[in-house]
Amino acid sequence: MRYLPKSPAEREQMLAEIGAASIDDLFAVIPAEYRLDRDLDVPRQMAESEIIDYFKAAADKNATGFASFLGAGAYRHYRPVIIDTLVQRGEFLTSYTPYQPEITQGTLQAIFEFQTMIAELTGMDVANASMYDGSTGAAEAVMMAVRVTGRHKAVVAKTVHPEYREVLATYAKHQGLPSTLVGYDPKTGRIDLAQLEEKVTAETAAVLVQSPNFFGIIEDIPAIAAIAHAKGALLIVSIAEAVSLGVVRPPVEADIVSMEAQSFGVALSYGGPFCGVIAAKEQYLRQMPGRLVGQTVDSNGFRGFVLTLSTREQHIRREKATSNICTNQALVALMATIFLTVYGKEGIRELAEHNLAKAAYAAEALASQAGAKLLFSGAPRFHEFVLGTVESPSVWNPRLLDEKIIGGLDLSKWYPELGNATLWCATELITREQIDTAAKVLAAGLVEA
Amino acid sequence: MTSNGTGPRTLGKVRPHQTQNESLVFEKSSPGKKAYKLPPLDVPAVDPAALLGDSHRKTAGLLPELSEIEIIRHFTRLSTWNYAIDLGMYPLGSCTMKYNPRVNEFVSRIEGLAEAHPYRPDSLSQGILDIIALLQRCLIEITGMDAITLQPAAGAHGEFTGILLVRAWHESQGNARKKILIPDSAHGTNPATAAICGYTVENLKSNAEGGIDLDALARQVDEETAALMLTNPSTIGVFESQIHKIADILHAKGALLYMDGANMNALVGKARPGDFGVDVMHLNLHKTFSTPHGGGGPGSGPVACKAFLEPFLPTPVLVQNENGTKHWNYDRPQSVGRVRAFYGNTGMFIRALAYTLANGPDGLRQTTEDAVLNANYIRAKLEDLYELPYKTASMHEVVFSDKRQAAKGVKTGDIAKRLIDYGFHPYTVSFPLIVHGALMIEPTESESLEELDLFIAAMRSIAKEVDETPELVKTAPHSTRVSRLDEVQAARKPILRWKP
Repeated sequence: MRYLPKSPAEREQMLAEIGAASIDDLFAVIPAEYRLDRDLDVPRQMAESEIIDYFKAAADKNATGFASFLGAGAYRHYRPVIIDTLVQRGEFLTSYTPYQPEITQGTLQAIFEFQTMIAELTGMDVANASMYDGSTGAAEAVMMAVRVTGRHKAVVAKTVHPEYREVLATYAKHQGLPSTLVGYDPKTGRIDLAQLEEKVTAETAAVLVQSPNFFGIIEDIPAIAAIAHAKGALLIVSIAEAVSLGVVRPPVEADIVSMEAQSFGVALSYGGPFCGVIAAKEQYLRQMPGRLVGQTVDSNGFRGFVLTLSTREQHIRREKATSNICTNQALVALMATIFLTVYGKEGIRELAEHNLAKAAYAAEALASQAGAKLLFSGAPRFHEFVLGTVESPSVWNPRLLDEKIIGGLDLSKWYPELGNATLWCATELITREQIDTAAKVLAAGLVEA
Repeated sequence: MTSNGTGPRTLGKVRPHQTQNESLVFEKSSPGKKAYKLPPLDVPAVDPAALLGDSHRKTAGLLPELSEIEIIRHFTRLSTWNYAIDLGMYPLGSCTMKYNPRVNEFVSRIEGLAEAHPYRPDSLSQGILDIIALLQRCLIEITGMDAITLQPAAGAHGEFTGILLVRAWHESQGNARKKILIPDSAHGTNPATAAICGYTVENLKSNAEGGIDLDALARQVDEETAALMLTNPSTIGVFESQIHKIADILHAKGALLYMDGANMNALVGKARPGDFGVDVMHLNLHKTFSTPHGGGGPGSGPVACKAFLEPFLPTPVLVQNENGTKHWNYDRPQSVGRVRAFYGNTGMFIRALAYTLANGPDGLRQTTEDAVLNANYIRAKLEDLYELPYKTASMHEVVFSDKRQAAKGVKTGDIAKRLIDYGFHPYTVSFPLIVHGALMIEPTESESLEELDLFIAAMRSIAKEVDETPELVKTAPHSTRVSRLDEVQAARKPILRWKP
């Protein structure tokens, strides 16, 4: 087997030095009836070329060469080439969690840079070294707010990504943490502030909103914060589209920000691995889950970095830990760090403005077709919008597929009250031509209907 | 390497050179530098302030401004400060730091896979669904279980999912029960997981061999016990030879057996948890199945279970249609719900399947045999110098204690730091907790005889240094860019971000 660095003679030599007659001696401790005495029923050993052929064939069976208007928590942005060049360096790729700081300063300094960039972008004081993803990060943020406030109820906007809400429900279920849903204003698509005011009580640990929300609408964070804080609840803002922060005002009134950083140079990869991150006001630091890197000095006084505040974590605190989280998404966080370094202060703004422009054009082009209209036009958006159509998307989406275009996401599964509504996303990678073609196909479909 | 007690020749610190003294990326920034170029905007430009109103960002975040070559050098220089499997042996016990095959990275980046959006219609995702289905089939076969979910993002997340399945099943039987039994040798994630699933944790004391004490188990299991979370082989690298009795004791009281699969690298192709009474378990694709650790993630923690737990798996589950095509089924009324958005860390599934295909049944078995052979070889070559607290047969890892060295004032952490000077990553220090001053060594199958002998020589040389020049060991490492770091200061006055 090509990954195994031993000759048959070496194996024999080692067995002899151990004093074992055969390799089976070393497995004798496993009761005989549980030892597998046959080959596993898995495909036979393949050559590297065969493996590549297998995966290429699978990739070809997927849709390729399609223009896509899908977003909804997973965004297609351009990934600068040097991201993969750098993260594939063995020293990053094949290194473990930096528990031995003397020989992991590379990973530690990169994470420290990541934490700084996330704090800068989100307007929070501190950020952790990353979480699994935006959905689990949001759930962990709510649990963090419970620890901070000592309260046990959550109020959640219906415009938070439906799958994030499902994950929160799974986490909350066994922790005595009921959550109340707050609907949205049908005109603006923003959280219904009157309803929010009604549902936030002195027992509320946290209000969880998303901005831009699942409909792509930017929430009125100061107004939401005022309502939450008036009752002593924390405000958690979930950000699923991190690139928005290039042009959208950061949620500085929030107490905790839970972000999905996939947009920062991470491949879609059918939904993972992505890169969650929790950022917060400094006073909540000791209730934060996940790893943190801190600056310190070595015994000669030189600057260095270490994992710190680990007394919060499971390997020290066991069942009293802030979370059971053990791994983070270090390599993916490194991708995000490189992405943000490539774009930098000006580039992230310019990139976000391109997204804004593409989506403004696409919304206008699609909504101006007969039988189509833009929902929630009364509030600012980033690069996603909800299109209402007379016809069901099941009628016109196949027509778009014929033109190698994947249209907006059907929202009926989660928001049946919206009727024939679809969620469209236009990033910088969508071309005007693709938008125009989509509009044309949509028009043809709608007119025929 | 010398054998006269002075240790290896060290490079010393080369502080002045850029490569050893790379600043923070923010400190290298100067306004106006760019490493990006966007294509011309092909739609009308918009006025962000007008479109966004109060929501418009007025002040940019302080991101660095550099050119591309500076970015390449910055991160390349940082990388050279890391130790890595690619550089040498990384014998962290329970972490399974094996070779990360590069074909895995190559195939995970094939465009049709890397650019697949999770909400594409199933009809346009059949290739990736085929991959997921084949990996599921392989993992079910390897574990001897009946069903699986790949959704959990990491090992601890898999534990969470597995214990949710346990809970959901008990609830379906009318009583969720109250406690989870966890051996004192377990990893800290186990008790933390039980707690977030709403269970109290009851500690189970290990017996004299470091294994499960059957009498204690029989006494502690009652009608309120939901499950035992068992790592097998245990964290001291020992297979629970009474495993079937453990399962019987639990099952007799209606409790389930959860297996932490962290140490599955000792079993693949040789024994299957499903055959020895395990009801539910997680795997770590980043350990056993060679997906890279990446400096701390991403991981992937699939959960495999017996058929009676299948109705409770997280939504969605992959289903094969009659015509061979596949789709996601969301209609799962008994499901524990979702544990993550989308379907899990798909990029890791691709890598793990590539590893499985590269091995085949014979390669997987040989891999396990070599992993166990390597650990036993290290044990045989070091047990005269380092205390072996448990004499039970070792599987894929061996745990010594620093008892003899501690008598000279040198602790396991010091020996670990000294290993760095010999060119190795330290073993796992002070874990498991049942061994005082533990040295937990897991070589994996990826080490050649030559590398093992170098490691053994280093450990033997350090043992001699402990006798002759203990200060040398206690102040190690001596060859790294930074010396021992002040962790107390880091925690007392946390500096968690750069500020201008």
